[in-house]
Amino acid sequence: MSLVSALYVGLFYFATVFLVVGLVLRIKTYAQTPAPLKIPTMPAPRTETGVALRMFREVAFFESLFRSNKWIWLFGILFHFGMLLVLLRHLRYFTEPVWFWVNWVQPFGKYAAFAMLAGLLGLWARRFLVARIRYISTPSDHLMLALLVGIAMSGIGMSFLVHTDIISVKAFFLGMLHFSPQSLPTDPLLLVHLGLVATLMIIFPISKLLHAPGVFFSPTRNQTDSSREQRHIADWAKELEAGER
Amino acid sequence: MADFDVPELKEYLEVPEPRENVTNHLAPFTAKPDHQTDLGFPAELVDNWKEVAIDKMGDLLGKYRSLRVFLDTCVHCGACTDKCHYYLGTTDANNMPVARQELLRKVYRRYFTFAGKYFPKLVGATDLTEEVLDDWYSYFHQCSQCRRCSVFCPYGIDTAEISMAAREIMDEVGKGQKYCNEIIAKVYKIGNNLGLPQPALADTLEGLEEDIEDETGVKVRLPLDEKGADILLITPSADFFAEPHVDGLMGYAKVFHEAGVSWTLSSEASEAANFGMFIGSYDNMRKLALRIRKAALDLGVKRIIFGECGHAWRVAYSFLNTLAGPFDFLDQKYPIPQHICEFTYDLLNENKLRMNKAENDHMTLTFHDSCNVARGAGMGGFEGGQFVIPRAVIKASCNNYYDMDDDTIHDATFCCGGGGGLLTDDLMEIRVKGAMPRMQALKQVTEEHGVTNLAAICAICKSQFAKTLPYFGFSMDQIVSVHQLVSNAIVLKGSEQEAELDGTADENGEAETA
Repeated sequence: MSLVSALYVGLFYFATVFLVVGLVLRIKTYAQTPAPLKIPTMPAPRTETGVALRMFREVAFFESLFRSNKWIWLFGILFHFGMLLVLLRHLRYFTEPVWFWVNWVQPFGKYAAFAMLAGLLGLWARRFLVARIRYISTPSDHLMLALLVGIAMSGIGMSFLVHTDIISVKAFFLGMLHFSPQSLPTDPLLLVHLGLVATLMIIFPISKLLHAPGVFFSPTRNQTDSSREQRHIADWAKELEAGER
Repeated sequence: MADFDVPELKEYLEVPEPRENVTNHLAPFTAKPDHQTDLGFPAELVDNWKEVAIDKMGDLLGKYRSLRVFLDTCVHCGACTDKCHYYLGTTDANNMPVARQELLRKVYRRYFTFAGKYFPKLVGATDLTEEVLDDWYSYFHQCSQCRRCSVFCPYGIDTAEISMAAREIMDEVGKGQKYCNEIIAKVYKIGNNLGLPQPALADTLEGLEEDIEDETGVKVRLPLDEKGADILLITPSADFFAEPHVDGLMGYAKVFHEAGVSWTLSSEASEAANFGMFIGSYDNMRKLALRIRKAALDLGVKRIIFGECGHAWRVAYSFLNTLAGPFDFLDQKYPIPQHICEFTYDLLNENKLRMNKAENDHMTLTFHDSCNVARGAGMGGFEGGQFVIPRAVIKASCNNYYDMDDDTIHDATFCCGGGGGLLTDDLMEIRVKGAMPRMQALKQVTEEHGVTNLAAICAICKSQFAKTLPYFGFSMDQIVSVHQLVSNAIVLKGSEQEAELDGTADENGEAETA
């Protein structure tokens, strides 16, 4: 195995562990931090089912964002759902035999990359063109967009311009999954693509990308409007009461 | 009238370009040492304030999931940037919700995140310095915690939670705000925000009884500290004192009278508002809430009803059960606590109130959804009840009603500009500028539908509008209380108004019926 292949094997094992452990720790922190008061943004659903539906609408349709700003919503939807299809399509590189529905997704997934790229470029353009968004942007906001644009463009390049040896790529990842590392084709576009993906995986749990798990823990969205019917008291607040009554 | 520029009301609300440090100079007076200590905070800025502040931030991060999640999840998408009334009114960049939050978030990143510790420039992280603390003091007191941004954020990030945390940290290092802390101290010592002692309350209520009798010929009681009454009414102290609030109080009294229920006010808990929420202090919010529990127990009441007050209703509806419950000693048949609008609404639905809408024909009304009712609390036990019920009560009281623009009512309502502990003269400039978006929507219905009056169910909204309406070419008496409209329209049994309507009055205008 070449040095490059070995480096990528190491990089991907590290990135995967970092991503999974990082996310698990972060989600654990969110779950274990008490929410001492009911603070849903009203009107809020009065049942758990209602809350699940509200959350589903947020995650699937970006409901609140649609109300706030149609441009951000449009670019956000293009990017996220483009990426979702692209990711589903990529399952074919990690499964053998390939699940039937991944084959169905495949043609859509290929072209969804353009939607993803268009969404990203739209979001990025706003950071330059709209004074308010320019003001609130940090260097890391730009770098993250650059990273994702790089991933999308190198991926598109391999799909439509300079094809890579996907049989070997699949062998490489299946090998990693079975802990018997294989060689990786060394064409530059693939190496760039995979390098950027690994970088994204590493920054995920230590960056604003935490919005992905975070949205499910947002008390203004995931709480029921039942405060008059049910007492909602955190452990640390109970301690204040102890011995008083 | 003002030594600052009053924003111009245009045809439509325009989103301004952000400008830096336009309102940085606007900061409230700092709390006096004894007001700080009354609330359990240090008297003045402690020597090691940086360490204390960072420790406190860590403490809050462990106690509040909202803070923890909200500080992590913002992606700077910008959806909130044009949603804050203070940004729209001042154009100051730090009044964009995301930028306001960044003032705290950049310190959070520096001390609590990997990226901020090792790559501060990259992610926009900074040390906590005196300059940052001053920015906190200015801009977290230019937030009325109205939660409008939380409606529009894709992750539900609520600046109110962030500004409450910032204020609690500032109190903890000894840099508190005078207005809030003085008021909380006054409630502890005297019983209400305005510092009205029991004899003054009793005197006021007696005067109001006389006013109602003069006006209607009916003796309507406004009882104080009456043991064994069924209902304890908790209302903002402004209701005892200021216009138009006091007209609302007379409205509640007439409704109770007509319903035939026994009720009382309490001099021990003569304040509905809970300013503990404004400063983010769970301890103080709890202490204030417990006074209500104590008053209910001492008086032996079966029900608790809240008067018209927005923040009070949020604390009552959403937090009272948590802070001071369980209320197992009250009658469980009724919501605990209940809002006066819910009480009146139920009576109207049961056809138990006779209303003569023509009494309000000199007005054409619109309703200002108060933010802490609209976005912070429910009403009526059904989703959106807080929008429906006050409007139903208004419409039962008057013939002419129009809503303001859809983008500015219900949960998208614009704050009056004076909430969250900003209703103080030292912050008049920010109050006037923050009122602009609401005034713009009011102007629109004034021109399109001839609206003459704005009804509200929050003591802060009423006080704020009475003060700020004149800056925009309106008059201060254009703000009315919802139960003031009820008070005008309600036809009490055996009143002169009833006799007049039924044509049973004799030449002297006296009622014939007994």
